[in-house]
Amino acid sequence: MDNQFFIKAVLIAVFLIIGLFLVIPTRGARQLAVRRLTTLLLVLVAIFAVAFPDLINSLANLIGVGRGTDLLLYGLIVVFIGSSVTASRRYRQQEAQITDLARAVAIAQANHPAEKSDETP
Amino acid sequence: MPLYNEAQVVREVVEHARQTFPNIVCVDDGSTDGSAEQARLGGATVVVHPINLGQGAALQTGITYALQDPNAEFFVTFDSDGQHRVEDALAMVNRLDTEPLDVVIGSRFLDGRTKPGLLKKVVLKAAVIFGNLTSGMKLTDAHNGLRAFNRTGAGAIRIRQNRMAHASEIIAEIANAKLRYAEEPVFVVYTDYSRSKGQSLWNSVNILSDLWLK
Ligand SMILES: Nc1nc2c(ncn2[C@@H]2O[C@H](COP(=O)(O)OP(=O)(O)OP(=O)(O)O)[C@@H](O)[C@H]2O)c(=O)[nH]1
Ligand SMILES: [Mg+2]
Repeated sequence: MDNQFFIKAVLIAVFLIIGLFLVIPTRGARQLAVRRLTTLLLVLVAIFAVAFPDLINSLANLIGVGRGTDLLLYGLIVVFIGSSVTASRRYRQQEAQITDLARAVAIAQANHPAEKSDETP
Repeated sequence: MPLYNEAQVVREVVEHARQTFPNIVCVDDGSTDGSAEQARLGGATVVVHPINLGQGAALQTGITYALQDPNAEFFVTFDSDGQHRVEDALAMVNRLDTEPLDVVIGSRFLDGRTKPGLLKKVVLKAAVIFGNLTSGMKLTDAHNGLRAFNRTGAGAIRIRQNRMAHASEIIAEIANAKLRYAEEPVFVVYTDYSRSKGQSLWNSVNILSDLWLK
């Protein structure tokens, strides 16, 4: 087994979870909370990485990644894909709301069908 | 009738359909060529979406609107581009009237009259197989815009797919609601006009992703 097995397994697992997230419906509250917790975690990790670059390096070596910067790059890719997925999901939910709104406006502006016959001679 | 940029033909289509069906609702979707005005001149009631939402959204709006009329018994979805024939729609409504059915779905593949072109035919057939596998129904045409519902059928269906994926969604809804359905052979006219405006096959990719992504 090669020494990068661990990081490969972790990355593939994370991508699979993101992919699953794409097709499984979730409730609004949890999604928002997860998004905010992730942001908080990212800030903490960023501060940590700036303050202790050596620790990042040793962590990288521990899980079979060559350098700390590589590990950061992997992390960045994961975060980017994850945020694209949540953004597209939010876009779809918003689209559904806009549709309901536009439909209500369209029907409100049209004459009620049962009354239509009154005004056409 | 979903209506999007069909000003050239819609007036004639509505006038012709009105000889058989007095109440026509066109749902205009932000057409930029004066389609809504042409449809009104033809004698249709026009419901106007403030922004373009897509054919599926327009069908749902039209059904929701028509259901407001308590005297309406039957509901037909009919393309405004002149591809459907009024006599087919009439035959479908007659079946709803005389047979124990909630939905009659038009099929252009029950006989050999319709000529959609080879590539289109392959894609449409693939869509049929996919639809039958996922819904457990036995249909021969999944993406035909000509359908007739009674009140039960029209009320049971909720289209959430705004764009072209609504056709598969309607079939899934019919299966879920356990509606009584049948297919009716119809003739879909492919003229140069409709061919030049019709759906790009690239849309099959969009339909699949719309169906799977939440
Ligand atoms: N309201 C609305 N109607 C649309 C939209 N796109 C298409 N339509 C209407 O839907 C009907 C069918 O559209 P087509 O593009 O011909 O699709 P099709 O008949 O399924 O595909 P073809 O077999 O290629 O003709 C026509 O009456 C169009 O005017 C849209 O975005 N909004
Ligand atoms: Mg067409």
